Amino acid sequence: MSETIMQVQDLKVYFDVLPQGAMPWTKPRRLRAVDGVTFDLKAGETLGIVGESGCGKSTLARAVIRMIPAEAGSVLWLGQELLKFDKKQLRNQRKQVQMIFQDPLASLNPRMNIGEIIAEPLKTHYPETPKAEIKQRVREVMEKVGLLPNLVNRYPHEFSGGQCQRIGIARALIMKPKLIICDEPVSALDVSIQAQVVNLLKELQDEMGLSLIFIAHDLSIVKHISTRIMVLYLGNMVELSDSADLYAHPRHPYTQALISAVPIPDPEIERNKEVILIEGDLPSPINPPSGCVFRTRCPRAADLCAQQKPEWRDAGDGHMVACHFHD
Amino acid sequence: MLVDSQKVGDLAENLAKMDEVKGRSLWGDALRRFKQNKAAMVSLIILTLVILFSLTGQFLTPWSNEEIDWNIMGNVAEMGKPSFETGHYFGADDLGRDLYARVVQGSRISLMVGVVGALIAVIVGTLYGAVAGYVGGRTDQIMMRIVDILMSIPYMFVLILLLVVFGRSVVMLFVGIGLISWLDMSRIVRGQTLTIKNKEFVEAAQAMGVPGFKIIMKHIVPNLLGVVAVYATLLVPGMILTESFISFLGLGVQEPSTSWGALISEGAGTIQYGTPWQLWFPLAFFVVSLFCFFFIGDGLRDALDPKDR
Repeated sequence: MSETIMQVQDLKVYFDVLPQGAMPWTKPRRLRAVDGVTFDLKAGETLGIVGESGCGKSTLARAVIRMIPAEAGSVLWLGQELLKFDKKQLRNQRKQVQMIFQDPLASLNPRMNIGEIIAEPLKTHYPETPKAEIKQRVREVMEKVGLLPNLVNRYPHEFSGGQCQRIGIARALIMKPKLIICDEPVSALDVSIQAQVVNLLKELQDEMGLSLIFIAHDLSIVKHISTRIMVLYLGNMVELSDSADLYAHPRHPYTQALISAVPIPDPEIERNKEVILIEGDLPSPINPPSGCVFRTRCPRAADLCAQQKPEWRDAGDGHMVACHFHD
Repeated sequence: MLVDSQKVGDLAENLAKMDEVKGRSLWGDALRRFKQNKAAMVSLIILTLVILFSLTGQFLTPWSNEEIDWNIMGNVAEMGKPSFETGHYFGADDLGRDLYARVVQGSRISLMVGVVGALIAVIVGTLYGAVAGYVGGRTDQIMMRIVDILMSIPYMFVLILLLVVFGRSVVMLFVGIGLISWLDMSRIVRGQTLTIKNKEFVEAAQAMGVPGFKIIMKHIVPNLLGVVAVYATLLVPGMILTESFISFLGLGVQEPSTSWGALISEGAGTIQYGTPWQLWFPLAFFVVSLFCFFFIGDGLRDALDPKDR
């Protein structure tokens, strides 16, 4: 297959948190937002990241592009250590990675018109670009994402949510990046618009050979767009596999529960299917359970799970899973 | 209902040509709302007239502000009444100087003090607050503690000391007022910055590699300018009041220069000699202008932040 553009090795992101009303000299407590994540990303591939709220999806996505400092681990970007880049290298790298956000309207500056917003990355990295060329490229990219180019002078509040997300995508595309990080790009949109946006992303990916890191909590959407899917739980990797394989044969009890909860658009099947319910709440990442982080809610938990952290092992055909008793 | 065929025709033509559509910016919307606010619009017109008066008023009178009318000197209460015949439209002051010319001169100084003070506050306060809020962490702590310390100094005392030590002059007044006026502004701006900084468009700008200072100037400052504009219009009358107070104490601008506060002070001092116009005219200008500023500030707030109404 194609070249690997990003390799993440045992990435850890910790935050220091002070309890409410703490004195300045109190020792802060460690919040393990991302705790040892390893994956690589190939050119033209989509890596879906799923998990419930607060499991570290967004933190992971921001840490791999150094928007949030990582505690330990390494991120190789095109073979170079991203975490050791100096300012200039980092600026250079920012050209190649763009981001799309959850709230389409909030991610656009309300005081700038669409043309200015879309042109901003171009103006930032190539300030000498002549005006006519900027205009030309803005028009091209707007057409590409399905916006009428004559709307360049409009302001974000004059657009619908789906259109705003297209503007966000246009802004990400104008630099012709290698990687786009999509942080729940469709969660704020309604279902028909979700499909439009996801399909648009897919088309653009095929056309431009982009890689995507696609974060979502809606499994059906992730399945639709991803080549591979990673399941996160409390900052830990739980399962990573081909998207079709993961859906057909989930190995980890957490993934199984997640997939069983996806509604099926057929009332007959939906009524009769078995949903695996996970009890309890997500434990605090300040104070994670010993051994396997999922053991407090796992139907299969045994003594071993509390003592030993399960290894990250290959359960066949590159289907990676972290469980002592996987299927 | 009849369809406006002209308009439909235009629309069709526009669609065919794919002309660029003009957008409605937030500033444009705010302007429209401001224009609908009658009190604010009337205030704006009156204030414009006052400003025009302060700039060009001296051309409408034969008297200059320094000339003394020897004919009426010593009998101002009787002969110095406001009248068109003598050319003293607002009367004369107890020295026989033309009050109209004096008010023109005083308006100019007072407005200048107000506007310059507010400008210093806007520029310094906005930049200081935005930087503190955006950078955050220890920088923010240190910068805001400096503001706290400056705020805890009794500024009127410092201002009076400054004027006594360095001599009374308009420049010194500007320095004194400028030193303290930006403190509140920087606090307000910092607070606003903290909320804006966590919006996704700022994160988007960071992710695309826009340098920090540019993010402040292009993304943060334009979004807090609404609050700043409102606060600045309310700050102008505050500055004018401060200056008037200082002048009333006899420490502000120095003769022969004058200001509203100085004129009012003189007028109040001579009121028992039967020259009430010496108080009423500067006082009227003072009150009317302050009202105008407050109404404009109110109108701006309603226009820029329709949610808070």
